Amino acid sequence: MRIDLFITCLNDALFPRTGEATARLLERLGHEVTFDENQTCCGQMHVNSGYRREALPLVRRFVDTFRDADVVVAPSGSCVGMVRDLYPRVAEWEGDHALLEDVRAVLPKVFELSEFLVRHLGVEDVGAYYPHRVTYHQTCHAMRVLRVGDAPLRLLSNVRGLNLVELPAVDQCCGFGGTFSVKNADTSTAMLADKVASVMSTGAEACTAGDNSCLMHIGGGLSRLRSGTRVVHLAEILASTEHEVYA
Amino acid sequence: MSAGGIRPARTFQKAAKVTLANAQMRRNLRHATTTIREKRLRAVAELPDWEALRGEGADLKDFAMANLGDLLLDLEAAVTSRGGQVHWARDAEEAREIVARIATSHGAREVIKVKSISTDEIELNAALERHGVHAVETDLAELIVQLAEDRPSHILVPAIHRNRAEIRDLFRRRLGAELLTDDPKALAEAARVYLRGKFLTTKVAVSGANFAVAESGTVCVVESEGNGRMCVTMPDVLVTVMGIEKVLPTWQDVAVFLRLLPRSSTAERMNPYTSFWSGVREGDGPREFHLVLLDGGRTEVLADEVGRQTLRCIRCSACLNVCPVYERAGGHAYGSVYPGPIGAILTPQLLHLEDANANTLPWASSLCGACYDACPVRIDIPEVLLYLRGRINEEKPLNAEAVAFRSAAWVMSEPHRFEGAIKLARTGQGPLVRDGAIHALPGLLGGWTDSRDLPAFPRQSFREWWRTRPAPTERPDDGNAGLGEGELLAPEREDTR
Repeated sequence: MRIDLFITCLNDALFPRTGEATARLLERLGHEVTFDENQTCCGQMHVNSGYRREALPLVRRFVDTFRDADVVVAPSGSCVGMVRDLYPRVAEWEGDHALLEDVRAVLPKVFELSEFLVRHLGVEDVGAYYPHRVTYHQTCHAMRVLRVGDAPLRLLSNVRGLNLVELPAVDQCCGFGGTFSVKNADTSTAMLADKVASVMSTGAEACTAGDNSCLMHIGGGLSRLRSGTRVVHLAEILASTEHEVYA
Repeated sequence: MSAGGIRPARTFQKAAKVTLANAQMRRNLRHATTTIREKRLRAVAELPDWEALRGEGADLKDFAMANLGDLLLDLEAAVTSRGGQVHWARDAEEAREIVARIATSHGAREVIKVKSISTDEIELNAALERHGVHAVETDLAELIVQLAEDRPSHILVPAIHRNRAEIRDLFRRRLGAELLTDDPKALAEAARVYLRGKFLTTKVAVSGANFAVAESGTVCVVESEGNGRMCVTMPDVLVTVMGIEKVLPTWQDVAVFLRLLPRSSTAERMNPYTSFWSGVREGDGPREFHLVLLDGGRTEVLADEVGRQTLRCIRCSACLNVCPVYERAGGHAYGSVYPGPIGAILTPQLLHLEDANANTLPWASSLCGACYDACPVRIDIPEVLLYLRGRINEEKPLNAEAVAFRSAAWVMSEPHRFEGAIKLARTGQGPLVRDGAIHALPGLLGGWTDSRDLPAFPRQSFREWWRTRPAPTERPDDGNAGLGEGELLAPEREDTR
């Protein structure tokens, strides 16, 4: 299968290793992976912050970039959530009917990595090896917008060597929320404090999730506290083998 | 302190800074919300048709909103034909004056009140006080809030931020109760002794309404304590202040909401007291009944295609209980009698998006979506939050934030600009980076680094790596290629949605 990567702007700029891991993983599963350099950002940050008109050119760019793709896969629950859940509404609210039609055409082809692997490909064992104690944070958009369910956990439970420990209050938001984290920094930090305490209570070496925005937040708190616990994207665990270590 | 109202005295950010530091409140709230959260999940799981029921609740409310004018006229006709009187109030001011006029015309110096948010919304108690009429709250939690000269912090449990020890001290001080313990039974008994005297002597009562049935003119109040039942049956005169969105077409419709509301609010299968009354009856209950229909900004909310779903709200408070922001910042941070996620969308809309403090409320959410999942009438609160953020921004004069977002959109709208910006950031971050991370940033971004580190931009972006990587065929095979290929499903994308 030919898979177009939507790497997301955050991963492109700050977490390229997640992108590398996603590409490597999909290739290892026997697929042809392509990356169209015309892609930039899905516009989530703009729409979430109340600048949806400014986001329109980004929506347009996404739709144009992936118009001819067979399948688009992104290692981010919130960016795919943005595309699937909010693109149609943004186009509708702004009264751009041509865009709405194009959005509807591209939507069914866009998947978050874990849902793509488990639901679309039917793969739960990707042949990964990661000999560490890991806890999994269920990100809000993967859980409530995309409804990926236990797809990430199925993938993790098949990783050889991995000791998966349950995260208490796993359904609680980490407090990131994009600009919420700076606009309402105090409340966001109060939420983060509880999330960090939950992560640390598991005794895990690493906290994983399918979204580097949440992980950047949780990891930022863990790092500030010198907790010694790190964050690692799900794709990097799934890409790791006895021969190749991604995280 | 004011008894209520919907106009926040400060921004959410400023108010939350204060409330977040209240250790007692934080502990009380965490305990209360986590308990009710689990109970609600269990209560909801008992009903196999819960999702269908939610859909029905949403549809019925949408139907009522679409036919609001006719239904309200039907309601007026039905109430009037059964001996009640209907009053129309455009805003809080008119509603207050109507109630005060009725109370003073009966020479009342005191009225007893059923727990009601609509009367808190219009700040009725303070208005009555100005007319020489003292309002006595009879709901236990409302009484606590009133005696403490506090503000309600929860729709259903107005004193959720207080614990038993605080209430014991309050009752000793304000009711002269000789309470030796903070045992809930003893606390309730102290309130009961005080309230019974009021029920037996007060001639005028004021209530809100959970529902009103247009076809029969029936008004309904749902409660747990029975104090509401006392108020709506014992006094001679009953005045009900009801938001116009509470009207339902028929009796059958009420049944749907009586299944949705208790499980969502108190996590009970059925609440202990549900009172219905239709006009007045000789020798039974109040001899005079007034229904005050309050608009208070609702018509304008109704006119907005995205915002109008807010009016489906049945005030169950499930969204507050599941909200991580509410759990930590508490109800007072919202500065309105409507706190939590529903307050964050209702309060600014009722104020026509013209109140600068209320306009900070739509940003008081991380958009986690827990509220939408819990809402028994499927109000897509995250959607309305985003929509309101957009509308509020559109009305603001050009500011630094808007410029920053426009610039970011300009950069992001062309790949070469985006790549240039990454390179620029990589160079510019130099002095800020220590041990691979950024620990302090200036300006608004300092809100991030006050409590979190930020990873530094790596040497290579993904797209730079992609260009330089060897083609897949040229790389050494690790022996895992093609693993799982045998399990591939047919790539028919249509089936997966």
